[in-house]
Amino acid sequence: MNSPRTRIKPWNDPRIRSWVFQVLVVGFVLWLVASLFSNTLHNMETRGIRTGFGFLDQTAGFGILFSLIPYEETNSYGRTFFVGLLNTVLVSGLGIITATLVGFVAGIARLSHNWLIARLAEVYVEIFRNVPLLLQVFFWYFAVLQALPAPRQSFRFFHDMVFLSKRGLYVPAPVAEPGLGWVIGLALAGLAVSIAVARWARKRREATGQEFPVWRVALGLVVGLPLVVFLLLGSPMSWSIPALRGFNFQGGGVLLPELVALWFALTIYTGTFIAEIVRSGIQAVSHGQTEAAAALGLRRNQITRLVILPQALRVIIPPLTSQYLNLTKNSSLATAIGYPDLVAVFMGTTLNQTGQAVEVVAMTMAVYLTISLTISFLMNTYNRRVALKER
Amino acid sequence: MSETTDTFVPKPSLPPPSGSVGITYWVRSRLFDGPVNSLLTLGAIWLLASTLIPLIDWAVIEAHFIGTDPNLCRTGGACWLFVDERLRFFVYGFYPDGQLWRVNLVLGAAVLAIGYLAIPNLPGKRWVVPAAIVGLPVLTILFMHGGVFGLPIVATDQWSGLTLTLVLSVVGIVAALPLGIVLALGRRSQMPAVRIICVVFIEVWRGVPLISVLFMASVMLPLFLPEGMQFSKVLRAMIGIVMFESAYMAEVVRGGLQAIPRGQFEAAAALGLGYWRTMALVVLPQALKLVIPGIVNTFIALFKDTTLVLIIGLFDVLATIHATIVDPEWPDIAPEGYIFAAMVFWVFCFGMSRYSQALERKLHTGHKRN
Repeated sequence: MNSPRTRIKPWNDPRIRSWVFQVLVVGFVLWLVASLFSNTLHNMETRGIRTGFGFLDQTAGFGILFSLIPYEETNSYGRTFFVGLLNTVLVSGLGIITATLVGFVAGIARLSHNWLIARLAEVYVEIFRNVPLLLQVFFWYFAVLQALPAPRQSFRFFHDMVFLSKRGLYVPAPVAEPGLGWVIGLALAGLAVSIAVARWARKRREATGQEFPVWRVALGLVVGLPLVVFLLLGSPMSWSIPALRGFNFQGGGVLLPELVALWFALTIYTGTFIAEIVRSGIQAVSHGQTEAAAALGLRRNQITRLVILPQALRVIIPPLTSQYLNLTKNSSLATAIGYPDLVAVFMGTTLNQTGQAVEVVAMTMAVYLTISLTISFLMNTYNRRVALKER
Repeated sequence: MSETTDTFVPKPSLPPPSGSVGITYWVRSRLFDGPVNSLLTLGAIWLLASTLIPLIDWAVIEAHFIGTDPNLCRTGGACWLFVDERLRFFVYGFYPDGQLWRVNLVLGAAVLAIGYLAIPNLPGKRWVVPAAIVGLPVLTILFMHGGVFGLPIVATDQWSGLTLTLVLSVVGIVAALPLGIVLALGRRSQMPAVRIICVVFIEVWRGVPLISVLFMASVMLPLFLPEGMQFSKVLRAMIGIVMFESAYMAEVVRGGLQAIPRGQFEAAAALGLGYWRTMALVVLPQALKLVIPGIVNTFIALFKDTTLVLIIGLFDVLATIHATIVDPEWPDIAPEGYIFAAMVFWVFCFGMSRYSQALERKLHTGHKRN
């Protein structure tokens, strides 16, 4: 028997309703964007603010405390962008390395059987996690580093080679001499070969079960061989050692107090979060895995390397990456103490001088957004690779 | 009857071997088992002794607690006199003297509402939540800003100190929650246009630092608005914070939505419920309950992040303490000042994180992994 097809009224048809709703939402968003846009254009016109990116070629005319690339006041605003960007990358990179070290040490220490060590790590985590980062930056900068003595009375370490004073940390700096390029090139080539060897060794292990001493070979290729060549070439590198001349130091390399304070604060603050991530990652691997691996006859370091670590890292790496992202974004607190990072230089001074808020803010946000989206894309790719293959 | 019975009388159990109980055993097994651990313990004791003893000496024993004159602190350890002297400034900032009861009223209402929600198993919470979400901002505007009931207007640039920190964080979280729920629902929507808009909104705000959002709110927002419409600086910062925080809140809520099994959606559909009723009556009540710890954690992060408003020139609690530190009337109190500020924030944040952990344990009903 053929029942007559019930006809759905158009306003009850889910497809039509979904279309109408979407058109309404998109229309609303477009209207919002358009009205903001026209408001902005109108406001900029009445206030006499120029538009466009022409300002990037104009002379900046302000000095920057610290720059990784050559920079002078006569350079353009476009160059201040790159100076700031590189300074952000520098402090984030340094912070990521040390925060990872501190975090892994503290995270493992919290699981230590030694009661005192475990409590110490816990106290560290609970104190520094619950205090705002900006406050910690202020503390290191204003309360600790500003209280250091003047250069003449500075603390000296290692037979007058390292100096710590109000002006910063002065350390010996390496000076390249001809021939060093070969050594660095050799080390890089060694790194590439090591990666290839590691891949081959893993394939062979999966096929035959035989182990290959990858780490020792890699160490020889990356460190050993370049070192031999370095010595054969007659050590083509010298050290520039800081020395007190007048009121300040000459020579050597300097870590500015602004950089040191920010680096310290980022390390200690982010380290607490990484410690918690590491602890929960290790705890997430059940003890049965260790026992099963031992029952299969694996040695102790093999158990850690082949059984515990891969499983713990699967839990650790995604939140670890988001901590790295947080650290990079938090490095923008530099602006509070005057370390010339991207936000301080570009969104601060350049914006104030040019008044072109829309372009400057958009460029700055685009940088952070690009970093974030790139890293989360890589993270998702990694996650798909290591995800449990469930049925 | 014979007097003797053959019932078995057990001997009293032997005490445990003397080497496996008591304080000596604990010390041996938890502090000094093996050379490595012994070295670590000794190193830790040395570290503690060399830092804690001078620190306690400076901060407590040699410190000055009583008095109001900065000159008392010329010698000796830490100087805590400024805390008592400037406490009103730290809490209320520049809020006018005769009007402090208004701040106390609003903060008291917030504490009451949040306290009621925080205590488990009290009745009627489903009415307290919307009342707080609507009522707290209204109460803040009515009383703290004034201009009604014959109250003199206190402009928002006079809101400062701990008051401003609390207003920014409480209003921020209260306003970010509904927005975050809408965004989370949008991100899981079947409609591609809605989903894309929500994903873009969430990822953009999550991808940039809060400072740049605050800069944007303070520099660019005036350009966005039609002519003649002006927001005060506090309100602009608040808008920036709410936008930023709603993106994080959306991700927290999305986590809860994903944890609801498909069967719940199917059962609701079988009962004939439409999308909104499915969400409001079946899915969201369960999902939101699951993510309460996540919401508390977001609140802790927001509470710490409100310190950033001092960079765009607002006077939060950290800024009032910082102002006291650079005040020539109180020389050389930088460490004391920052330590005091740290203690204030620590008490709030540590308390909330303990609460969130306790909740997590309570809500952890065994169907999750791990």
